[in-house]
Amino acid sequence: MANPKSAYSIPTKKGKPDTHIIVVWVDNEAGVLARVVGLFSGRGYNIESLAVAEIDAAKNISRITIVTTGTPQVIDQIKLQLKKLVPVHKVADFKREDKKVIFKEMALLKVVGKKKKIEKCLKACKTYNPVILDKSSKSVVIQITALRREIDKMSKKLKSLGLISTSRTGAIAMTRGAEVFK
Amino acid sequence: MSKLYSGAEIVFKCLEDQDVEFIFGYPGGAVLPIYDELKNHSSIKHILVRHEQGAGHAAEGYARSSGKPGIVLVTSGPGATNVVTALTDAYMDSVPLICISGQVPTHLIGTDAFQECDTTGITRPCTKHNWLVKDIKDLTKILHEAFEVATTGRPGPVLVDIPKDIQFAKTNYSKPKKIKKVNGKSHNRFTQSEINELINLISKAKKPMIYTGGGVINSGPKASEALREFVRLVGFPITSTLQGLGAFPGDDNQFIGMLGMHGTYEANNAMHDCDLLINIGARFDDRITGKIDEFSPKSKKVHIDIDPSSINKIIKVDLAIVGDVNEVLKSTIKKINQKQNGIKVSNKQKISKWWEQIQKWREKDSLGFINSDKTIKPQHAVKRLYELTKSQDTFITTEVGQHQMWAAQHYKFNKPNRWMTSGGLGTMGYGLPAAVGVQIAHPDKLVIDIAGEASVLMTMQEMSTAVQYNLPIKIFVLNNQYMGMVRQWQELLHEKNYSESYSEALPDFVKLAEAYGCKGIKASKPQELDEKIKEMIDHKGPVIFDCQVDPKENCFPMIPSGKPHNQMILGPNDKEENKITGKGKALV
Repeated sequence: MANPKSAYSIPTKKGKPDTHIIVVWVDNEAGVLARVVGLFSGRGYNIESLAVAEIDAAKNISRITIVTTGTPQVIDQIKLQLKKLVPVHKVADFKREDKKVIFKEMALLKVVGKKKKIEKCLKACKTYNPVILDKSSKSVVIQITALRREIDKMSKKLKSLGLISTSRTGAIAMTRGAEVFK
Repeated sequence: MSKLYSGAEIVFKCLEDQDVEFIFGYPGGAVLPIYDELKNHSSIKHILVRHEQGAGHAAEGYARSSGKPGIVLVTSGPGATNVVTALTDAYMDSVPLICISGQVPTHLIGTDAFQECDTTGITRPCTKHNWLVKDIKDLTKILHEAFEVATTGRPGPVLVDIPKDIQFAKTNYSKPKKIKKVNGKSHNRFTQSEINELINLISKAKKPMIYTGGGVINSGPKASEALREFVRLVGFPITSTLQGLGAFPGDDNQFIGMLGMHGTYEANNAMHDCDLLINIGARFDDRITGKIDEFSPKSKKVHIDIDPSSINKIIKVDLAIVGDVNEVLKSTIKKINQKQNGIKVSNKQKISKWWEQIQKWREKDSLGFINSDKTIKPQHAVKRLYELTKSQDTFITTEVGQHQMWAAQHYKFNKPNRWMTSGGLGTMGYGLPAAVGVQIAHPDKLVIDIAGEASVLMTMQEMSTAVQYNLPIKIFVLNNQYMGMVRQWQELLHEKNYSESYSEALPDFVKLAEAYGCKGIKASKPQELDEKIKEMIDHKGPVIFDCQVDPKENCFPMIPSGKPHNQMILGPNDKEENKITGKGKALV
């Protein structure tokens, strides 16, 4: 027991944590991101990644995508607490394994080295839609879009091929098919 | 073109349109334009407090005793930070407050200007919502939305931060039409099939239990009436949380006392053994549940609450009904009455054995204490106070600690909105300013703050407010010279190492009262108690009553947290069980 003279009861057994992607539609106003992020930190929930941008300028709506892990009870609380925030319109929740949803992250990779190494890099990135954004005689900036773990794998792999800098976005999500989340 | 109004004028226009009668506040540089405008609005009275925390608690007392939102007006910087405790208190106990704070002019925001602070940043986690008004055109809409957010759903505090230049700026004002529901947040989502399921559970139960909380009070006086009708209809035993006291009459035979850490033996044992638990407007707080794994292990659980995020937060329930308590109860009663030979008769027979069991627990007399004719026992003092005030409609506030629990245990409330105490946040210093607010809302009623001498000193300066506005509040101090609850825990858990819980230099409360220009009364013998309490009640102005009680008295019964409900420690009448040992000690 961490604190034997605690004024509170000891933690009880917990469920198994799962990774979820939570999508929140909010009014794009000052402080709204702080409200959402503050809710997570204040209640001890974690954020693995975060992506946010305005998606509808006329209606002033932003879409926040948060990757988080938690027990089913915690995930439920996250959703219910988010829905209570005044600028929040709706909240969607997807499991990472969900086949009906597409998840994507983007990464910019800067590789410095001889031509041969750079070519090797490009080859390695092939399956992740590589786009060359900048090229010089001894460097290249490659954009790839992939899943989180795929990008993790790539950045590890490219280390030995001259990867010197990585910039990544958080995950964003979209359901497959014609339906939209209401 | 219609007339242009300044931001300060618009603030008052909005308050008038919301039928605000009182503001609790304290002026300062960044709210001067609003204070300047005060003189032009005779329907709104400003109550000048002595510290912004006092304004917040007074507004809470006003709100909780009247059912109307409390209004707070403070300046920027320290004015705003001083009110943070009260906002957090209101947030935890679901009290509707609208706090208007001044802010430095817009062009100075972010420059570390004099008396600048990030008020919306600081208060974001302790309000339902807050706004920084950057454009005068938004002010009207924001103020009305603030009232909407504070008073609907689960009530709570909101804050509107208005920079000084916005208070001077001018624009049109038009009274808004009915405000649309904020982002379509609905609050009554329950369905008839959920009500049917509830009735089904009720009709099957052999050991049912009703557990009510502050949600019943917040749902309005009608909800308390509906609760009484419902409880009598089904004949079930009922217990209440600290905040729910008064929703059901405290002296009724079906009421088996408060539950939780310092609840009665019968209420806690019934919670543990019941087969149906109906939670109405309570939130399974940790002072209530004890050890979660062993909380009411044999029961089907029903949770009626307006806040969806309260459901399944701590305790998984079998049936959740999201809605306003009054609406849910009315639907349920209607449905029960429709059933011809339904549960009205049969149920009461089915649960008669259960009542017999509860009667056996009751015989333990867990609130009993050994009275003395030499020193005043604090429980005895509260009991006498109750006996001598129960004939009139009395409002009680408290501070936080032992005295608060003794008040909850021994003062019987028969009506809602008569009991104002800081439960969630546990704010020492709450009771005196809250009593100020209660007395403002009910000028002709008897308002008593049952206090501890340590707590009351935290906001003692508000006596000056009480004297200024002729508010005849009675501060009934159970003076044991210790931070009693701290001392009790140190006795039971920390080998009687009374580290810093004794106040060596207390003021003479009688002289203190006189210094404030009110009456001081002191009682130190049980024989003089009644007569002195009567003297306090009969006095027309504010009184500080120094009731010198036994400093060693402990508050029982008690569930050490981490223990289930059926493992309570009873008082000195039950000596052999009165010892926390080994593991239990670690868990309080």
